[in-house]
Amino acid sequence: MINSAYFFLGFKSVRSTDSPAIALGCSFLAIGALLKNIGFNFQQSFFSTFFTYALPGQLVMAESFLIGASLVNIFIGVWLVNARLFPMAVSMFPLLKSKEQPKWKYYLSCHFLAVSSWLIMKKDYKTINEKYRIDFWMGIGTATWSIAIFSTVLGFLVSDYLSKDMMIGLAIVNPVYFFCMLLGSIKNIVIGTSVILGTILGPVFYLVSPEWCILYGGVTAGVTAFLVGEFND
Amino acid sequence: MTNLSSNIILVIAVTSAATYLSRSLGVLFSERIDENSKIFRFFDCIAYSTLAALISKVVVFPAGDLTEVNSLIKFIVVFACVIVFFITKRNLVYPTILSAIFLTVLIKFI
Repeated sequence: MINSAYFFLGFKSVRSTDSPAIALGCSFLAIGALLKNIGFNFQQSFFSTFFTYALPGQLVMAESFLIGASLVNIFIGVWLVNARLFPMAVSMFPLLKSKEQPKWKYYLSCHFLAVSSWLIMKKDYKTINEKYRIDFWMGIGTATWSIAIFSTVLGFLVSDYLSKDMMIGLAIVNPVYFFCMLLGSIKNIVIGTSVILGTILGPVFYLVSPEWCILYGGVTAGVTAFLVGEFND
Repeated sequence: MTNLSSNIILVIAVTSAATYLSRSLGVLFSERIDENSKIFRFFDCIAYSTLAALISKVVVFPAGDLTEVNSLIKFIVVFACVIVFFITKRNLVYPTILSAIFLTVLIKFI
């Protein structure tokens, strides 16, 4: 079924010096506290991260719920902000393909797709035997997902003790961690162009369309970076 | 079950479905894609740029608690942490921890 050696090798990757554990923990701690403050109970907070496990989407859900948005609006809002998961999946799962592995592993483990696990996998996949990359991925995903669930629960439980300043401090940890990780993943001019242009165009397109800015900015920057790569080949 | 409780369960279900849709469609689409193809490289560019766009949007136009922080302070914190990241030979633990400390200190003194 699952190769336990590769699974645990992936699981242990969150212990390295570039581990996302701290950033993930801080962010989901804040989400747990936020969910309690808007009226979720313990089980609902737990299952929110258990089934969704996507920070920006859960933030949109919380904000939409607060203002009494309809379910259709919530679906569209969350889908838009989480649409980045589609190109992330398309640019990662071909690296994990093996004819000897069953399809269910891919469709089950895609739930673990998040910025943290994706960046770890993109960095480490070459060091793993092709046949067992999906097991390694399931290990990474299970570890990051577990950290997120545990931190949500902890955030829910300690929310009364978290001051406004502490919540603000926790909120900056996630973008700083992922921005540094993205900068660290720049290996060539194409990825460099993608990251730098995406960083500039995301906020620029926010001025045009707050809802679509991530997709507009991301796609414009990505297409430009791809063309830069093609002309340099 | 109260009305609010059943509403929350529906909201969680809808959020989960909207999120899994992008993930599973990505897996479905990737079945026919070779890692050495142009289309793979294209989606690699889109993935990195979309992530960068999302992260910078969270810093410049945040939702939640960060909305109360002056933009200049946020930029100083991010810039300082990037410098720490490169000075410490790309160790991610130091800038991650220092980001919260820098922000808290700057809010108090600026």
